Amino acid sequence: MTNRLRWRKLVSGFMLTMTGVCAFVAVSVLFLILGYLVYNGGTSINWNFFTKLPTPVGETGGGMANAIVGSGKLLLLATLIGVPVGFLGAIYLAEFSGAKTAFVVRYAADVLNGVPSIVVGIFAYALIVAPMGHFSTLAGGFALGIMMIPITLRSTEDFLLAVPKALREAAMALGASKWKTIATVIVPAAYRGILTAILLAFARVAGETAPLLFTALGNRYWSPGWNHPVESLPHMVFTYAISPYEDWRRQAWAAGLVLLGLILVINILARAILSRGIAVPRS
Amino acid sequence: MKKIAGLLVAALALATVAWSQGALLINGAGASFPYPIYSKWFDEYRKAHGNAEINYQSVGSGAGIKQVTDGTVDFGASDGPMNDEQIKAYTDKHGYGILHFPTVLGAAVPTYNVPGASAALNFTPEALAGIFLGKITKWNDPAIAGANKGVNLPANDIVVVHRSDGSGTTYIWTDYLSKVSDEWKNKVGKGTSINWPVGLGGKGSEGVTGLIKQTPNSIGYVELIYAAQNSVPYGAVKNAAGTFVKADLASVSAAAAGAAKSMPDDFRVSITNAPGKTAYPISSFTWLLIPAKISDAGKRNAIKDFLKWSLADGQNYAEALSYAKLPKEVVAKEAKALGSIQ
Amino acid sequence: MASSSTTVPGAGPIVGSRSFLSKLREGDEIARLITFIFAAAVVLVTLLLVYELWRDSVLARQKFGLAFLWTRVWDPLADQYGALPFIYGTVVTSTVALFIAVPLGIGAAIFLAELAPARVSDTLEFFIDLLAAVPSVIYGLLGFLAVVPLMREYIQPALKKTMLPIFSGPAYGLGFLTAGVILAIMVIPFIISVSREVLLSVPRDQREAALALGSTRWESTWKVVVPFARTGIMGSIFLALARALGETMAVTMVVGNVVAITPSLFSPGYSIAAVIANEFTEATGQLYSQALIELGLVLFLLTFILNGLARLLIIATSQRGSGMGHA
Repeated sequence: MTNRLRWRKLVSGFMLTMTGVCAFVAVSVLFLILGYLVYNGGTSINWNFFTKLPTPVGETGGGMANAIVGSGKLLLLATLIGVPVGFLGAIYLAEFSGAKTAFVVRYAADVLNGVPSIVVGIFAYALIVAPMGHFSTLAGGFALGIMMIPITLRSTEDFLLAVPKALREAAMALGASKWKTIATVIVPAAYRGILTAILLAFARVAGETAPLLFTALGNRYWSPGWNHPVESLPHMVFTYAISPYEDWRRQAWAAGLVLLGLILVINILARAILSRGIAVPRS
Repeated sequence: MKKIAGLLVAALALATVAWSQGALLINGAGASFPYPIYSKWFDEYRKAHGNAEINYQSVGSGAGIKQVTDGTVDFGASDGPMNDEQIKAYTDKHGYGILHFPTVLGAAVPTYNVPGASAALNFTPEALAGIFLGKITKWNDPAIAGANKGVNLPANDIVVVHRSDGSGTTYIWTDYLSKVSDEWKNKVGKGTSINWPVGLGGKGSEGVTGLIKQTPNSIGYVELIYAAQNSVPYGAVKNAAGTFVKADLASVSAAAAGAAKSMPDDFRVSITNAPGKTAYPISSFTWLLIPAKISDAGKRNAIKDFLKWSLADGQNYAEALSYAKLPKEVVAKEAKALGSIQ
Repeated sequence: MASSSTTVPGAGPIVGSRSFLSKLREGDEIARLITFIFAAAVVLVTLLLVYELWRDSVLARQKFGLAFLWTRVWDPLADQYGALPFIYGTVVTSTVALFIAVPLGIGAAIFLAELAPARVSDTLEFFIDLLAAVPSVIYGLLGFLAVVPLMREYIQPALKKTMLPIFSGPAYGLGFLTAGVILAIMVIPFIISVSREVLLSVPRDQREAALALGSTRWESTWKVVVPFARTGIMGSIFLALARALGETMAVTMVVGNVVAITPSLFSPGYSIAAVIANEFTEATGQLYSQALIELGLVLFLLTFILNGLARLLIIATSQRGSGMGHA
């Protein structure tokens, strides 16, 4: 073995080890984040956290009950806006549309996907808050819903297209009309993937704060209906984290842990659903 | 699929119905300077008069002024009174005016985090102006050391912290600096959002206090209660009469004594650098910005009722949170002015 | 007599079946129409968004023109606005982020694509995907309460010893450098997952040819496979950059929120997204709010262009990979 070869082999071994180090570092960040949150926030997750309203500034014992419910309402509205548009739009793309329309719609969805969330907030403010004259759950839910649309649309379309042609042809051969084929054969066949897409979109907007800054504002109390400002978990994390109060900071860690836990669980669930396989055996 | 859709619709219906309580929800936004006392007030008021919930968001005086002008909140709050331009903008937009109601007196204090300096520091107006102008850069600069004989000031760089958002506390601070430093007045000026020559930006009084707590060798300005509640040291400031005064109930009330007698009808007045041996020079009123006309009768009555409560029972909570009560003359004048809210 | 529309040859018009058939067809038409409306809604919303950004920034655009992009002054008191400090901050923090994330990301992608056995690679990719799902505000929380003290106490003083001008000035902990570090962590997953996919799509025979010619594992990877996937990797970097540019919460919690253009990375600064988040709700006066919306428009255009480029590059690589290399 020449010296040069030995050197090259050394370099090879070293660089390849370095790539392993890179991968290790990248993956360990996730566990560092989780670890930090559990360490700092774990002890603050108690009954108060889930059931009490925030207390006046400087007093301890408050909780995030209204923020948890508020996040729930916002996400519910976001899902009601984002999912039908994404799902039905994807059906159009996969089943009905011509190539040109499909290109335009896909392109628009990709553009929408790339819009920074703060800009979506500006849009929702101009469209809903300004004409209505006040902040509201509606505006916040709308902003989040817009962000859910592209993710749901593109993923659903992919899963619909992945359904084997054989199934469609079989249904049509049996005399089913197009919409019946879609409703009773294609969508059920792709339902795992579609569910995954919805869950992933949901998890994505669950943690969004920026679009809520000028739409939902914030609320120290319960927010009735859809027309009032509403508190949300990510917003509480933001407000409490930069504050000087020890009690608030502890609550921020706890809220961060709850929020991240929720998002990770949904992500893992979504992937688990998908990995069970598309419900159609490959021929 | 159907089950999920059904679940969603049921949840939607539940959410719409379940929380439509009878309580009236009023929204306000603005200054973080009085946030501790306001949050206490709104909580106590709700306990005493269960039917009105007043949701106040501490987003800074600048945001308070903008949002009450836009009409996106029912009332605003600011420690920097609206200037003539802003009032005109409001009147032009709505067709009626906006009223300033002072609520309590507070103080903007110089808070700092200087490792090793345990005693309360004294600051001269020149020192403060120099620090915030970026001309005095080290803690052991003679301008600071001169007023603090015997204190061990480190030779570290000063980290200036100011507000990143539009702030009434900034207004109070820069109003004071403009009065005591010509250079500040000409170079920077006063306002809720200014071009800071130097420093880090924190969001809200909460953010500034948080930053100072975290950052050694830092100095900033916050309302007194933020420093006190978070055990962050704050210094004494040399007043117009030449005495070093630390902010507290007595010194803040002393600063307002002169203004109480000559309070203008619109309640917009500055009491920084007030005369008087015991006056704390960076004191200020803080105001609620109430529209002169409130069309919703329920909200109007609730707001007027709350204001009346704040002038009476509310004042009793102020001192526990280190805000000074309003002078009697001001309270009387305000009670009369309540009638002008239609 | 109505003309027959059935297609059964030789049979006369069957009135019953025709209305049945047309009913079915109508069902299809309805379905087509309904789904078309929703698909069109997507396009409509996107167009409306751009339109709103354009319309609501008109005063600022007219007053400042193109010079908005290189004006340094941001003075609400004097009603003078310029985007340069924010564009500078956005570019600097994103550059720092890429500086850190690109080597780490590509290295990790190489490991996942070339070295790790399939199960390990998939498991690690699973974790990387989870990392991508962590919301911005959580990064901000950790950044502000954990990373900033670390930077201030240990890392920045250490860097200061190098005496480089980009590491000069007081060590606040907050600033361009910290924001860049946090952004790097946020965008690494994007670089890794896209790069890993493009590397995996490189045809086997490329590697095998290199190895057959006597190259080491590393050489075949670095000198043959990676260059082959080069455009796709570039695409992943553009994607990461687009993501970094638009990040709001994490940046605003650690960047210092100060309008400043300085060469030192220790200095606090601002980004476009951060200033919008901080000042939008308090922008009194039409010109002020419209200037902020114009900033939003600038940000949108930046990410729009980058995302477009990224997509083109990634598509180009996958076409290249699939078009060649049939053994």
